[in-house]
Amino acid sequence: MERNIAQIALFAAMIAALGLVPQITLGFGVPITAQTLGVMLAGAVLGARRGAAAAGLFLLLVALGLPLLAGGRGGLGVFVSPTAGFALGFPVAAFATGLFVEHVRLRSAGLAAGLGAVFGGILVLYVLGAAGLAVVSGKGLAEAFGLVAVFIPGDLLKAAITGMLVQALARVRPQTLAWHRAAADGAQTRL
Amino acid sequence: MISLTSPVETRAHRWPAGLKLGALCLASTGLFLVPGLAVHAGALAAVLALYAAPGPVFLRAGLGSLRVVLPFVVILLAWHALTGDMRQGLLITLRMVTLVALANLVTMTTPLEDLVALIRRLTAPLRRMGLPTGALEIAVPLVIRFTPVLVLRAETLAEAWRARSRRRPGWRLILPLTLQALDDADHVGEALRARGGALGPSGSE
Repeated sequence: MERNIAQIALFAAMIAALGLVPQITLGFGVPITAQTLGVMLAGAVLGARRGAAAAGLFLLLVALGLPLLAGGRGGLGVFVSPTAGFALGFPVAAFATGLFVEHVRLRSAGLAAGLGAVFGGILVLYVLGAAGLAVVSGKGLAEAFGLVAVFIPGDLLKAAITGMLVQALARVRPQTLAWHRAAADGAQTRL
Repeated sequence: MISLTSPVETRAHRWPAGLKLGALCLASTGLFLVPGLAVHAGALAAVLALYAAPGPVFLRAGLGSLRVVLPFVVILLAWHALTGDMRQGLLITLRMVTLVALANLVTMTTPLEDLVALIRRLTAPLRRMGLPTGALEIAVPLVIRFTPVLVLRAETLAEAWRARSRRRPGWRLILPLTLQALDDADHVGEALRARGGALGPSGSE
C-alpha cells in the first residue's frame, strides 16, 4: 500500500522531471521533450491502474498551478489550451499502455512495452489530443489529426525507447515489473 | 525549478489558498479568452509589479524561477519570426510567461500545508462516500518534493556523462534515473510504513 503510493508519486515526479530537464530532450532540430515518454514508462512499468494514477496525480499538480508540463506550463490554463486533449489524455494513455502490457503476453518485456507504448501513448493519446484540438480550434477531427501527426515520428522514437528501457529494467530489476513477472511465472507453469 | 514557498513573508501568504487558486484559475482562463496584444503586455507588467511589491529578494527569486521558460521564449519567437507571424508569436510568448509567472506567484505565496488542506477540503465529499483520500494527501507533497530531486539528479547524471563522452547524453540518462526513482519509492514506502502507514491508524489495510 505505502509502496504503491510512493511508486505512483515517484512516477508522477518522473513525468514532470522528464519534461523539464533540457539534457533529456530528444534532438531532431526541434527539441522533443520526453514528457510523454514518462507517461508511457509509467503505464509500462507500473501497469494500467497505478500508471494511470501516476499520470492523474501529475495532472492534479499541474491543475494546482505548478508549472510541471513540458515548457514550464501549468495551471488551469493548460486545460483550455489547444493541447488540452493531450494533457487530459495522459492518464488514459498510461492506462491503455498498462492494459496492453498486462493482457498481451509476450515473451519479451521490451517488445510488449514498446507495442503498449505505441497503442497507449500514440494511438489512444493522439485520438484524444486531436479531439481536444478540434474542440478548441473549431476545426474538423481529420484536420486536427493532420496537424498533430507531425509529432508521431518523435513519439514512435519514444515508444521504442520505452521498449528498450523496460527491456533493460526486466534484466536488471525484474521484480519491479509485476505484469512481466506474472507472464514469466505463467510461462514456467505451462512448461 | 519550482520555487517552493518564498521565505519572504508577504501579505498573500496569509490569504486562503482556495482564494488564490480560484483567482489563478480565473486569470489563466481569462488570458486564454482575450486575444489583445496590449492586454497581454499589460497582464505581464501587472504580474511583474506583483513580484516587485514584496521587495528585491522576492523579485530575484521570482525572476530566477522564471528563467526556465527563457529557452522556450526564444524558440517560440524565432519560430514565429520564421513563419512571419510575429504578432501571434508575441501573444503566445507573453501569455506563456504571464501564466507561469502567475502560477509561480501562487506557489511562492502559498505554504504547502495550505494546498494540502485545500485538497483535503475539496475531497471531503469523496471521503464521505467512503473513498480513502489520505493517499492523495501523502502523494501530492511527495511529487512536489521529488520533482526537483529528480531534475537535479538528471543534471548530475548529465554532467557525469559529459565528463566521459563528447556525445549528447539524451535518453540514455533515463534508465539510471528510473532505477534511482524506483529505489526512492522503496525507501519512501518503508518510511511511510514506519511512521504508521499512509492512511493513518483508522484507514490502514
